[in-house]
Amino acid sequence: MDLNFTSEEAAFRRQVRAWLDDNLPTSGLRGFDRNADRDQSTLNRLKAWQRRVQEAGYLALAWPKEYGGQAMDPVRQSIVNEEMVRAKAPALIGGMGIAMVGPTLISWGDDEQKTRYLPKILAAEEIWCQGYSEPGAGSDLASLRTRAILEGDEFVVNGQKVWTSNAHFADMMFCLVRTDPDAPKHRGISYVLIDMKTPGITVKPLVQMTGERGFNEVFFDNVRVPRQNLVGKLNEGWMVANATLFHERNMLGSTTTTRMLLNRLKALAASTMRGGRPLAQDPVFRQRLADLEIRVEAMNYHMLRQLTDSIRGRNPGLGAWVNKLVGTELNHDLATAAMEAMGDYATLARDDRHALDRGFWPYEWMFSLGLVIGGGTSHIQKNIIAERGLKLPKSR
Amino acid sequence: MDFGLSDEQEQLRASARSFLARECPARRMREIVADAAGLAPELDRQIAQLGWTGLIVPEQFGGAGLGMLDMAVLLEECGYAALPGPFLFSAAIAAFALAAGGGEEINSRWLGPLAAGDAIGTVAIAEANDSLNPAELTTVARPAPSGAVLNGVKMFVPYAQAAQFIVVAARTGPGPREVALFVVDARAPGVKVRPLKSLDLTRRLAIVELDGVLVEPAARLSGDAALFDRVLDAGAIAIAADAIGGTQRALDMAVEYAQVREQFGKPIGSFQAIKHAAAEIVADLEPTRALLWYAAYAFDALPREAARAAAMAKARAADVYSRAAGKAVLMHGGIGFTWEHDIHFWFKRARLDESLFGAPPFHRERVAALGGY
Repeated sequence: MDLNFTSEEAAFRRQVRAWLDDNLPTSGLRGFDRNADRDQSTLNRLKAWQRRVQEAGYLALAWPKEYGGQAMDPVRQSIVNEEMVRAKAPALIGGMGIAMVGPTLISWGDDEQKTRYLPKILAAEEIWCQGYSEPGAGSDLASLRTRAILEGDEFVVNGQKVWTSNAHFADMMFCLVRTDPDAPKHRGISYVLIDMKTPGITVKPLVQMTGERGFNEVFFDNVRVPRQNLVGKLNEGWMVANATLFHERNMLGSTTTTRMLLNRLKALAASTMRGGRPLAQDPVFRQRLADLEIRVEAMNYHMLRQLTDSIRGRNPGLGAWVNKLVGTELNHDLATAAMEAMGDYATLARDDRHALDRGFWPYEWMFSLGLVIGGGTSHIQKNIIAERGLKLPKSR
Repeated sequence: MDFGLSDEQEQLRASARSFLARECPARRMREIVADAAGLAPELDRQIAQLGWTGLIVPEQFGGAGLGMLDMAVLLEECGYAALPGPFLFSAAIAAFALAAGGGEEINSRWLGPLAAGDAIGTVAIAEANDSLNPAELTTVARPAPSGAVLNGVKMFVPYAQAAQFIVVAARTGPGPREVALFVVDARAPGVKVRPLKSLDLTRRLAIVELDGVLVEPAARLSGDAALFDRVLDAGAIAIAADAIGGTQRALDMAVEYAQVREQFGKPIGSFQAIKHAAAEIVADLEPTRALLWYAAYAFDALPREAARAAAMAKARAADVYSRAAGKAVLMHGGIGFTWEHDIHFWFKRARLDESLFGAPPFHRERVAALGGY
C-alpha cells in the first residue's frame, strides 16, 4: 500500500495541469456538458477538443502504442481523468468509442479491425453508438430479434434498435444481431460493426425526459454489412457483447463525474442560506452531505483498488461487479440532495431566467437517473452481482 | 500509487481465516460466550503465540512492529469469526495508546506482557453522559506529590473485568482540551469494576469506578488531548475493521442459506427479492472495505488525512454492517429469529460496533467539521 505518486507521476500531473491551463477551450463548451442534443457546431468543437487532447498524448494512455495509445499503466490515465475534472474540461465526444468499443476491439477484434477503427476512434473521426436494446429486448437483452442473414460476403440486416444514444450524429454502430434464430438465445447472436451511412438505415429521434433528443430509434431495412465487420466468431457475439458491457459498467461507474458533482453540491450547500445560516451548517443536511461525501470517497478508493489489481494482473473479484450500480446511484443521490437543497428553485425548468446555475441540477437530476437505467438498470445489476458474483442460482 | 494489500498481508488474512475457522467456529464461539466471563484463555494463548497480540507493538517490547493496516486485516477476520474476548481492545487500541504515549518504564511493565499474551489491557473513555468530546469528560486527574489521583466513573469499558491495566481518559484542567490518558493498574486500591450486561454476548462491558486512585508520574501517557484523539481514531478503525469482517460473514451466511433453503420448489436464492438483498450487501461492503484500508493506511502514513479517514471508515462501516446484518437475518426467515441459529450473534455485534467509539452521526459530524463545511 502506497498512496504516494512517484516523482515521475507527480511531474506528469503538473504537465497535464499546465497543458490544460493553456489549452482548455474558453468559449462555447460548458465545463460539464451532458447535453445530448448537440448541434453541428458544438459537435465540431467537441471533436476538435478531443483531437487536441489526443495530439497532446493524453488520450487512451493505457492502449497499445500501435493503435494510438501510449502503453502506459492506468495510473497515468487516472491522473489525466482527475485533472480533466479539476479543470472542468469538456467531456470527450468519442467517449463510447474510447471507453466501450475500443477496449472491446483491442481484446476481440482482428488486426485489420484494430488498425481500421481504433485510430479513428481516438481522433474523433468516427463517433460510435451502441446498437443493443430493442423494443422487445431491454433488460432481457439476449432475446433481441434484429436479424442478420449471411449472403455471400455480406450480412443483410433487418430489424430495429431503440434508446440508441448519439445515433443521430454517430458514424458507426457496434450492433448485436441474431444470426441463428434456431439456437438457444445466447448462442445465436453476432457482434457486427455497421457504418451508419449504409443505405437502409433510418434514425428517428426520441425525446428524453429532459426534453432533449438524446437517443433514437434505428431501423434497418435490408442493410448490407460486409462480413469482415463481424467481431469475434459468428453466433458467438454474446461474449463480445458482455466484454463491452463490462467496459460500459466501468465507464458508468467511474468516479470522475461523481467527484465533480460532490464538489458542486458542497458549493451549493455552502452558498444556500437557510434559517439564517448556510445549509451546510444545518444539522440534518450536514449529516446527509457528510454521508454522501463518505460514499464518494469509498467509491474512489474502491476504484483505486481495482486500478491496482489491474496493474498487478490480479482478478478484482466481487468488487468489480458493483461499479455501475453504486456509481450511478451515487450520482443520482448527489443530484437529488442538491434538488432538495434548492427548495423552490428546484421547480424551475433550466431555461427559466431565475433558474440557479443555468438549471444544472434539475437537468443532472434527470440525466443521472437515465444512467441508473442505461447499461442495465440497477435491478439488472443486482441480478448480475447475485448470479455472477455470488453464484446464486439463475431464475430464468 | 499502489492501493492494495501486500503479499504478507494477504497471507496474514488467509492464515487468520483458516486459524479462526478451525479454532473458533460458531460452535466454539457459543461455548465461549456461555462462560460467565466470556473468556477463552486457551484460545487467547494460541492467539498470542501466533504473534497477533504483539502485531503493532514495537519490536523493543517484543512485538512485530507492524501497522494499523496489518491490524485491520486481522481484525476483519476476527469480526468474520465474531471472535469473543478482549483482543481488539487490548492488542489494537490499548497497545496503540501505550506504543504512542508510553515511556520505557510503563511500556516495559505493560506493553511487553501484552505482546507476550501475559497481560490484557483495555481503554476507558466514555462515561455516563455517553460523550466522546473531551470537553465533556468528568473523570478528574488531580496532581499529587507522586503522580496523580483519579476520581470518576467510566462506562462501557470493554473487558475491564479481565484487564490487568486500563487506559483511562481524565480531565487535567478546566479547559475543553485539558485531558490526558493514564495507565491504571486494575488491582490498584480504589479501582472497582462492575460488569454491565451487554446485548452482544461476544463482547463484555463494565463500569469502572475510580475512587481516589493514585497513579505514578510515568502512568500519564504523553500526548494528552492529541493522543486522546489518536486513540479514538485507532478505536474507530479497529471497530470498522471488525464491522467489515462481520458484514462479509453475514453475507456469506445468508448466501449459503439461500442456496440450500427451498420454497415454492426451488432455492430461495433463485428469487430476485433475495438476490437483490444479497447484492445490496455486496454493493455496500466492497467500496467500504477499500475505505477501511485507506483509513488504516492513513492512520500510519498520512497524518493530515488520518482523522477524517478514520471517521469516514467508522461511520460507513458501522452503517453497512448494521444494515447487512438486518438483511441477513431477514433472508433467513423464522430460523433467523431463533437463539439456535448463529446469525443473531453477528446482528448484535453489529449493534455494538455501531455504537462503540462513536456512532455514525458523531463521525459524520467530524467528517463535516474536518472537511470545512
